Parts: sequence; C-alpha cells; structure tokens
Amino acid sequence: MTLEKTPVTDFATDFDHTDPAWVADPYPIWEELRQRCPVAHTERYGGAWFPATHEGVSRIAKDTKNFTSRTVIMNDGRPDELALPSPIGVAPPITSDPPFHQIARKLILPAFSPGAINPLEPQVRALCRTLLDRLAESDVVEASWEYARLIPPSVIRQMLGFPEEDTEVFIDIVHTVTESVDLPMDERIAAFEPIEEYFTRQIEDHQVHPRDDLTTFLLNAEIDGQKLAVEHVFGTMILILVAGIDTTWSAIGSSLWHLAQNPSDLERLVHEPDLMTVALEEFLRFYAPVTMARLVKHDMDYLGVAMKEDDWILLGFPAANRDPAAFPDADRFIIDRAENRHVAFGLGIHRCAGSNLARLELRVALEEFVARYPRFTLADPDQVTWSQGQIRGPRRLPIRVG
Amino acid sequence: MRVVIDGDLCQGQGRCFSIAPSVFGFDELGNGVVLAAGELGEGALELARLAQANCPEHAVRVVE
Ligand code: HEM
Ligand code: SF4
Repeated sequence: MTLEKTPVTDFATDFDHTDPAWVADPYPIWEELRQRCPVAHTERYGGAWFPATHEGVSRIAKDTKNFTSRTVIMNDGRPDELALPSPIGVAPPITSDPPFHQIARKLILPAFSPGAINPLEPQVRALCRTLLDRLAESDVVEASWEYARLIPPSVIRQMLGFPEEDTEVFIDIVHTVTESVDLPMDERIAAFEPIEEYFTRQIEDHQVHPRDDLTTFLLNAEIDGQKLAVEHVFGTMILILVAGIDTTWSAIGSSLWHLAQNPSDLERLVHEPDLMTVALEEFLRFYAPVTMARLVKHDMDYLGVAMKEDDWILLGFPAANRDPAAFPDADRFIIDRAENRHVAFGLGIHRCAGSNLARLELRVALEEFVARYPRFTLADPDQVTWSQGQIRGPRRLPIRVG
Repeated sequence: MRVVIDGDLCQGQGRCFSIAPSVFGFDELGNGVVLAAGELGEGALELARLAQANCPEHAVRVVE
C-alpha cells in the first residue's frame, strides 16, 4: 500500500523525488533548482536536502567525515531495526563508512575487475541474442520489460551460482528493496522476510556444496584471518542484486528510449560501431539512472544551508551530470562527446564497484539490439512508463521495429 | 612529458584504460596503472591527455 502524498508545488522548499512531476521529467526541475537555490530542502522523509549542482554533489560524495552512508535509500524511517551499526552497516561496502568500508570493498573488487568481467562477454552476447530471438515475431517489441529487464539478473544469478529457474524471484527481491521507499517500516520488514529466507537457503546450500562462484568466494573470504559473518555475506549479496539489476536495466532502457527518438544517433551507431566507446559514456551521463542518499552526521552549516544531524541528503549524480558549470552544452546529448567526466557511477570511495560489468552489459545489449533492428522508433510515447524512486529508467517501452 | 595516476584519488573505474589501452592498464582490484613509463611519444601523449580529461576523479595527470 502506498501512502497518499500531497503533490509538490515548490521543489525548492518541499521537494519529493517520488512526485509524479519529478518521475515524469526531472531535468527542468533540477535546472530551476540550480538557478534558484542551489540546495533544495524538504520536510518530507523527516527532513532532507538536495544539492542540484555538480560541485555540491561531488563535495558531499567525497566527504565521509560529515556524512554517513548508513542507509543510501531515502525513506520515512531512519536506519534502526534493519541496520547493523555504522561503520559496518547492513550491505557492505555501500552502507559502510571508513575505515571498515575499504576492507569490505577490497574484498569484492577482484570479482568485478576487468580481468574477471571481460571474459563474460560471450555469455552476455549469447543471452542478448536469445532474448532478441524471442522478440523477433512482431512489429512492436517491449524493449524494457522483455529485453533490458532480463539481462542483468541472468548475469548476476550466474555469478552468484544461484539456480537458473530463480531469475524471476530475483527481480521481485530487487523491486522490494529499491521501490518500497514509500512503505512504512513494519511493511518493509515484512517484505524482507522471504528474501532473507531465500538467501539463507542458498548460502546453506553453498556451505554444503562449495563451487566456483561468487557465493563460495564470499563464504571463503577472510578479514584478518576470520571468515566473514553470515550477515556480511548476506548483506553483500543483497547489495550486488540491488546495485546491479535495476540500475543496469534502467541504463539499457533509457539508451534504447533515446535511440528510438533520435534516428541520426541510431544511424551513426549502426554505421560507426567504434563510436560505442564514447557513446556509452554519453548515455551514462545524460540518462544516469542512480541517485543515492546520505545522512548528515551532525548539525552544521554546509553549502550555505543549516543541516541537522540525521537529515537526509539526496545525492543526485544524474543532476550533477546536467550541470552546465561542469559540462558544456550539458542539456544536449552529444553522441561523440570527447571529454566527459560524468559521475553516473558516483565519486570517491563508494564509486560503483560493478561499473566494468555494467558497461559490458550496456554495450553488448545496445550492440545486439542495434544489429538486430538497425531502424526503430517509439511505438507509442503514451505507453512508456518510468520507475519511481532513486533508480530512474523506463519500465514499459514499446518499440516499433517493423 | 609523462603521465601518472594518483593512487589516492583513483577509484578504479577504468575510463583511462578503455580510452587508451596502450598507455594504461589495470591491477587486480581494477585500479588504473600506467603502462607507458617514461617520456610519452606524440600519439601516446594525446591519448594520455584525453584520459586526463575523462577521469572523473582527476587522478590522471600529464606532467613535465
Ligand atoms: C549502469 C549501471 C550502474 C550504475 C549507474 C551504478 C551506479 C552506482 C553508484 C552511483 C554508486 C555509488 C553509491 C554511493 O555513492 O553511495 C554505486 C555503487 C556500487 N555499485 Fe553500482 N551501478 C551500476 C551497476 C552496478 C552493477 C552491475 C554492480 C554489480 C553487480 C554494481 C555494484 C555496486 C557496488 C557493490 C557499489 C558499492 C561500492 C562501494 O560502496 O564501495 N553496480 N553504483
Ligand atoms: S579513469 Fe581515473 S579513476 Fe578511473 S581507473 Fe583511470 S585513473 Fe583511476
């Protein structure tokens, strides 16, 4: 059940990232905030700030002294029953603060380094082709729900060594965590129960039958000669699912949404495949799918506003990517933009650990779609729907390919 | 001119080695490393500058 909310009339003083106007098209809102504030405030969620500039976002992302990552999804509560105390947090390393953060991060980085990820390319390509084969029948295909959505979970499920038939269960789990920001705390806790049960079963199975996968890797991993606590393994798995699925799905979907409406960009990608390396980064800049959150550690004046302990910061990497102070022609999609310091994967110590995998999936998903359908358009703009919450991407995307 | 990566700033997301695989590589954690030690040739210098302009952490630096 979703709580009724009052519509926002002024985003500078009463913003809400789940407001229908923000969900439909946040970019003009952010531009207005950059000119007016530039740090917006709201009493919603128990008090929150939203810096709309690249400078504000980078300062906070890199400042772990004044902000904690204890929870990174803004909601009505504050981390309590669901959270381990800082600095470990419930989903290391994303919800960990220094010094523990670095330990938890170093533990998983080798599993996502280019050396580990690059060899997955053939299997990602084969997966995309299978999905496209299934779409092939009709003139209009569902490019988000039936294509983009199905790519990341299969890859991550394989990496974790979970059963193939559980792909749909995965997607439900990710939805529960990332799109339940509106639920009251008790409902969120109830929603987490089946997840915990499922993961415990998988972990136990791996304890009895170790194999060459990420789950076994985590179970064997040691910090200072000690095996990881089961909560740490569980938290890291949840994080990998949450961090790796909706995000990459959204990036693939938004890129296809763009190409469906910009035939000249599509044509260039079809005829100049080498353009993909830079085009990928512009897709990520322009349609950055991930907004994070922080909590303010103590009362302070910061970026010219009076922040209070436990206020939220909504950390808008997508807004930073559209700041004209950081990018010339920030509001133009330039497919061959040569200089692009976009922050779609965040900045500082929490910078996305899965970016090599994300880039691989995005690149291959686009290459294969474009190879199969060198010309396509939006079938019906009114039927396109967007996700609500901190991960932004199209959820329904009917595309005319015939 | 040489190119260096500031290990304290690098967060290992590989813009440098995807733009210029002849100049940069990566270590076991995925952090960037400079392959082209010493003076850079003209082509390598141009690539190193491009990597510098694309590193979001400002970790790549072309120096005298
Ligand atoms: C296009 C897709 C993706 C985008 C845009 C994205 C974006 C981000 C961002 C912005 C952060 C920073 C969080 C913060 O500052 O609080 C982050 C962290 C993280 N991401 Fe991603 N992500 C993507 C895909 C993935 C994938 C595929 C995985 C792994 C399977 C992944 C794993 C992680 C992890 C583990 C962290 C936490 C790193 C840390 O706290 O040290 N992400 N991601
Ligand atoms: S682009 Fe910058 S942050 Fe990324 S690996 Fe290279 S030096 Fe490190």
